[in-house]
Amino acid sequence: MSQPNTFMARALAHRSFVIGAALTLLLLAAAAVSLLWTPWSPYEIDMAAKLQAPDSHHWLGTDPFGRDVTSLLLVGARNSILVGVIAVGIGLSLGTALGLLAAARRGWVEELIMRLADFTFAFPAILSAIMMTAVFGAGIVNSITAIGIFNIPTFARITRASATAIWSREFVLAARACGKGPWSITLEHILPNILSALIVQATIQFALAILAEAALSYLGLGTQPPQPSWGRMLAEAQTLMFQAPLLAVFPGVAIALAVLGLNLAGDGLRDLLDPRLARKR
Amino acid sequence: MGLFLLKRFSTLLATLLGASVVIFLVLEILPGNAAQILMGPDAAPEAVQALASKLGLDAPALTRYWQWISGLAAGDLGISYSYSTPVLELVLERLALTVPLALMAMLLTVALALVTGIYAASHHNRLGDVGMMGLAQIGIAIPNFWFAILLILLFSVRLQWFSAGGFAGWDEGLAQGLKSLLLPGISLAVVQAAILARITRSALLEVLREDFVRTARAKGLSQRATLWGHVLRNAMIPVVTVMGLQFANLLAGTIVVENVFYLPGLGRLIFQAISNRDLIVVRNCVMLLAAMVIVVNFVVDVLYAVIDPRVKASDI
Repeated sequence: MSQPNTFMARALAHRSFVIGAALTLLLLAAAAVSLLWTPWSPYEIDMAAKLQAPDSHHWLGTDPFGRDVTSLLLVGARNSILVGVIAVGIGLSLGTALGLLAAARRGWVEELIMRLADFTFAFPAILSAIMMTAVFGAGIVNSITAIGIFNIPTFARITRASATAIWSREFVLAARACGKGPWSITLEHILPNILSALIVQATIQFALAILAEAALSYLGLGTQPPQPSWGRMLAEAQTLMFQAPLLAVFPGVAIALAVLGLNLAGDGLRDLLDPRLARKR
Repeated sequence: MGLFLLKRFSTLLATLLGASVVIFLVLEILPGNAAQILMGPDAAPEAVQALASKLGLDAPALTRYWQWISGLAAGDLGISYSYSTPVLELVLERLALTVPLALMAMLLTVALALVTGIYAASHHNRLGDVGMMGLAQIGIAIPNFWFAILLILLFSVRLQWFSAGGFAGWDEGLAQGLKSLLLPGISLAVVQAAILARITRSALLEVLREDFVRTARAKGLSQRATLWGHVLRNAMIPVVTVMGLQFANLLAGTIVVENVFYLPGLGRLIFQAISNRDLIVVRNCVMLLAAMVIVVNFVVDVLYAVIDPRVKASDI
C-alpha cells in the first residue's frame, strides 16, 4: 500500500485528528448557528415552562426559569469560543513576541524574560482571576484578561525554545552572513519555522481557556447573567440536582466534548506537522 | 550539593519576594483607596477616612508593604475586617481542611496514574493501552467541578452513600473527616491522574527503548524485574516534574472543588472574603497559595537533582 503523502491525505488517515477536528467543527458550527438561529430565545423567561423534561418542543428540556437548554448551550458555545480566541490571542501575541525577543537578544534580556515567565507560573489563572475580581469586580472581561495573562508565559517558553533551535541552523547563519539584522531574520526565517509549534500550542491553550472560563463562571467570577455560559449553567443546575439531575449533565458534556475535540485536534496536528514526534510516541 | 541548594534557595526567596510585590501592587495600590473598597461606594467620606487611619492605610505605600512583609515573617497577618479575628487564626483553621484535601488528591493522583501508566506502557499498542489512553483523553477533557457534580449525583443523590457536601470536622474522628474529603479528593485527582498517566506511559516507553534495558533482559532478568529495578527510576524524572506542577494545580483546584462541596477550606474563605470586600484576608490567602506553589516547585527542583545527579552537575 502506498504511503499517503499530501497533508490532507495524512490528516484524513489520522483517526484521533479526524475525531478532534469533527468535534471542533461541531463547536464552531454550534456557535455560528446561534448567531442566526436558536430554537427558542435564550433570554426569555417563561415560568410556566420551567424544569420541563426533554421533549419534541424543548429537545434538552428547560431550566428553572423556563429557558430552553438547547438554546442556552448553543449561545454558550459562542461565549466559550469568544473567551478562547481572546485569551489565546493575548497569550499568543505577547508571549510569542517576548519569546522571539529572548531568542534573538540572548544574555540578560533572555534571562529576565524567562525568569519573569517562571514567576508568572506562581499565579494559576484562577488565582489571578480572584485578585482581579477582588479589585475590579466579577465579569467576563476580567476573567478573559486573567486567563490571557496566564497564557503569556506558556507561549513565551515554547517560542523561545523553538526559536533558539532555529537560530542555530545553517540557513540562519547564511542569512546573517548576507548582512540581515536580527529583526528581519526573526520575521522572515524564525517565525515561519516555529509557526507549527505555536499552532499546536494555541489549540491546547484554547481548550484550557474553555476549562478555566467554565470554572470561573461556575464560581460566579466569569460570565455574568443573563449572558448564557456553560459554567454558570452548571452552577445553577447544582442547586436543583434532586429535582432535575439532567440539567447538571448537558452543559458538562458540552464542555468535555469541546475540550476533548480541541485536545485531540492539537495532538493530531502535532503528529501531522512534526512526523519525527509522531514516530517517538 | 551545597552550592546547588544555595542557588535554588536564593531563587526561591527572590520569587517569594516578587510574588509579594505583585500581590501588594494589585490588591493595595491598583484599587486606589482600599478603605473605600472595604466600605463600598456609598460610604461617607469621613467613615472611609476613619477606617483608613484605623487600618493604617494612610501611611506611605512602602511603609505599608514593609509592615505587611515583616508581619508575615513574624506570623502576624493582621486582623480581618469582616470577621474581626486575626487572619492567621482564620487561615490556620481553613488549612486544616485544604492541606489534607490537596494531599489526599495528590496521593490518589499518583496511585491512579502510576497503575494506569505502567499498565499501558507494558501493554504498548495493545487493546489495554489504547483503552487506558482513550480514558485518559476523556479524563483530561472533564472539568473537575463537573466531575464533582456527577459524583454527587451518583453517590449522594442516587446511592446516598455520602452527604452532598459539608465537612464533618476532625473532631468527629479521622474516618468521618476523611469520608467527607473522599469525593472532593477523587474529583480533583481524576483529571490530574489522566495527565500524569500519559506522562508516565511515554516516559516508560522512552526508557524501555534504551540499550541498558535490552542488556538487563539479555542478562536473564524478567520483564517485571527490569521494569521495577531499572526502568521506573529512570522514567521518574519527567514524572516528578509534572507532579510538582500538578500539586500547584490541585491547590488551585481546591478553590473550585471546595465550593462545589461547601467545604470550609481556604478556597471558600477567599470567596467569602471577596464578597465581604475583606482585602486583608484576600491578600494573605492569595500570598499563601502562591507561596505554596513556589515552595512546591522548589522542592521538585531539589528532588530532581536527587533523582538525577546530572541535573545538579550541569546546573553548577
